[in-house]
Amino acid sequence: MQTMHQILLKIGPAAFRIASAWRQPLEQLEALYRDYPAPPDDLVDFTVRLEPGKPWRRHIRPSVHIGGDFWLPDAAPLPLSQGLLAGEMGMNLQMALGWRRHLLLHASSVEKDGQALVMTGLSGSGKSTLSAMLAQRGWRFMGDEFALMSLESGEIVPFPRLISLKNRAIRAMEEVAPADRFGPAMTGTPKGDIRHLVPPRTAIDRMGEPARPALLLFPRFGHVPALRDMGQSEIFVRLTQASTNYVALGEAGFRALTRFVDQVPARAMDYQSIDQAEELIERLWSKGR
Amino acid sequence: MMHDARLLADALRDPASTGALSSSEWTDLVSIARAESLIGSLAHRLADIGLPDRVRAIMQDAIEAHDLARRQALWEADCARRALADYRGKIVLMKGTAYVTADLAAGTGRSIGDLDIMVARDDLPVVESALLDAGWEWVKPDPYDDRYYRDHMHELPPLIHRERDRMIDVHHTILPLTARPAPNAQAIMDRAVMLDNGLHVMAPADMLLHSIAHLFADGDLAGGLRNLWDINLLVRQFAGADKQFWPELDIRAKTHGLASEMRRALRLAARLYDTPVSGAIAGSSEIADYLYVRRLLARDGYGRETRKLTRFGFYVRSHWLRMPPLMLARHLWTKWRKGGKSPS
Repeated sequence: MQTMHQILLKIGPAAFRIASAWRQPLEQLEALYRDYPAPPDDLVDFTVRLEPGKPWRRHIRPSVHIGGDFWLPDAAPLPLSQGLLAGEMGMNLQMALGWRRHLLLHASSVEKDGQALVMTGLSGSGKSTLSAMLAQRGWRFMGDEFALMSLESGEIVPFPRLISLKNRAIRAMEEVAPADRFGPAMTGTPKGDIRHLVPPRTAIDRMGEPARPALLLFPRFGHVPALRDMGQSEIFVRLTQASTNYVALGEAGFRALTRFVDQVPARAMDYQSIDQAEELIERLWSKGR
Repeated sequence: MMHDARLLADALRDPASTGALSSSEWTDLVSIARAESLIGSLAHRLADIGLPDRVRAIMQDAIEAHDLARRQALWEADCARRALADYRGKIVLMKGTAYVTADLAAGTGRSIGDLDIMVARDDLPVVESALLDAGWEWVKPDPYDDRYYRDHMHELPPLIHRERDRMIDVHHTILPLTARPAPNAQAIMDRAVMLDNGLHVMAPADMLLHSIAHLFADGDLAGGLRNLWDINLLVRQFAGADKQFWPELDIRAKTHGLASEMRRALRLAARLYDTPVSGAIAGSSEIADYLYVRRLLARDGYGRETRKLTRFGFYVRSHWLRMPPLMLARHLWTKWRKGGKSPS
């Protein structure tokens, strides 16, 4: 069998072994996750495998197949130049298909005053960019991809992975974040241009500190600024769609989600710029949500 | 990093042996167990053993995930029962769903995918149309595949429920019609045991022999460690409860033409899982047993399939066993032209 290289990473409550047929993706991950602590006792929850789909793809036009403990049968391989992205996608996949210790929402989250703002929406809604921007403006970054909701307490547990900036958000963040915290620029990925950003140091140092959710937003980029109330049933259904493990958790997931919908105020938010969004968010936040 | 799956077989056989594992061995064990669909079984085996915190959490996740799988399997069986409420014949549950419905040890923590049932061959059209009425649909609309299933397989082409997205395989015997052993389906139906809900499961010896047929004759030993673990648990439970089990097994194995498969399965189970088997029935070990063990353990600590050549040998063998040479050639030729995969 081909030899594999490996590294261990711990992000929030989850720990990973990333095994790869090539060194390059691991060296990139290692550099970008340099501020993160090692998994205690070197124990991990999941293994991600980055390997050639066919043996000759190790050297000839190398392409990275994403595998691991949990996998999808029809995942398309990526060129080796996007190996870092493959590693990140591999970790996402383990969480989405295998994590059961929290309710997982496709959402970004930030914290202020000990309370969490959760933002969910379809790809392109701007939830990831908003969390990255707010992290530059006094909020603590908790995660841009998955919000982890405690099944017992309902608190949001940080999962501050690398921030995955896409297309126009890359330029916007390059203007405000330190240059040494960016990964390599990748063009022409299945999701367009992608560049990873290491979360601020405090987000990493405090990734063990959960926060009670105080506001849920459904942002929508590109529309005239507006806030809109939503019915509880609409909120509930959209959150079940935003969750990767709601069905798998059965009754525990149902209880956590209904409690969340009961207790956390929610709004749909349209915006055309970060400044507008920040103003709307600050208004809601200062009103006591 | 471990080079084969022996770590998993050892942990299942002797849970206390995990006390000496290093962190990286634990990581290997978890990856192997997930890849072999044995993580739920392993989690239950380790329930009373002291474990590192993170491993304990992984095992707890697996127990809860399989609790849900169990509930879904029971629900799916009940859906089929209701869809076939007007059907007068026996509906015999098979494999994982049978184990959990009959509350057997082999059902504990077992992963369960499709619902497998068996009915009398003459009744297939009735059962098929009742299921279609109740919301199941064809998965493979391809005419060649459809014809192939109906002419040569031991089951209807798979059906999927349009709302619940769950598959049902309706069998009329336990091996493809083209396979060399020809089990006696009528004898299986006659001896089937009725459960409280009116559904049936196979009698103990038949249930074990089906698991054995599934391991060897129908497939290339993919998922073999899991099948062999089923066999281990069934043997322990049945032989422990009934002194007449061994002679009964011997007779039924001959009835179904599975005597040599039965002996080999018992030897492999004893070798990997310390299954207490009657030496008189299992026979003495053969050189080929070594190849089977090599194939069963062909997975490394990253969860990767290893020993490609051994695997390929068993793959070829599985097709060889399944159909006569001329038919195999015709089948592979048709499949190759279509660029598809062979059934199952």
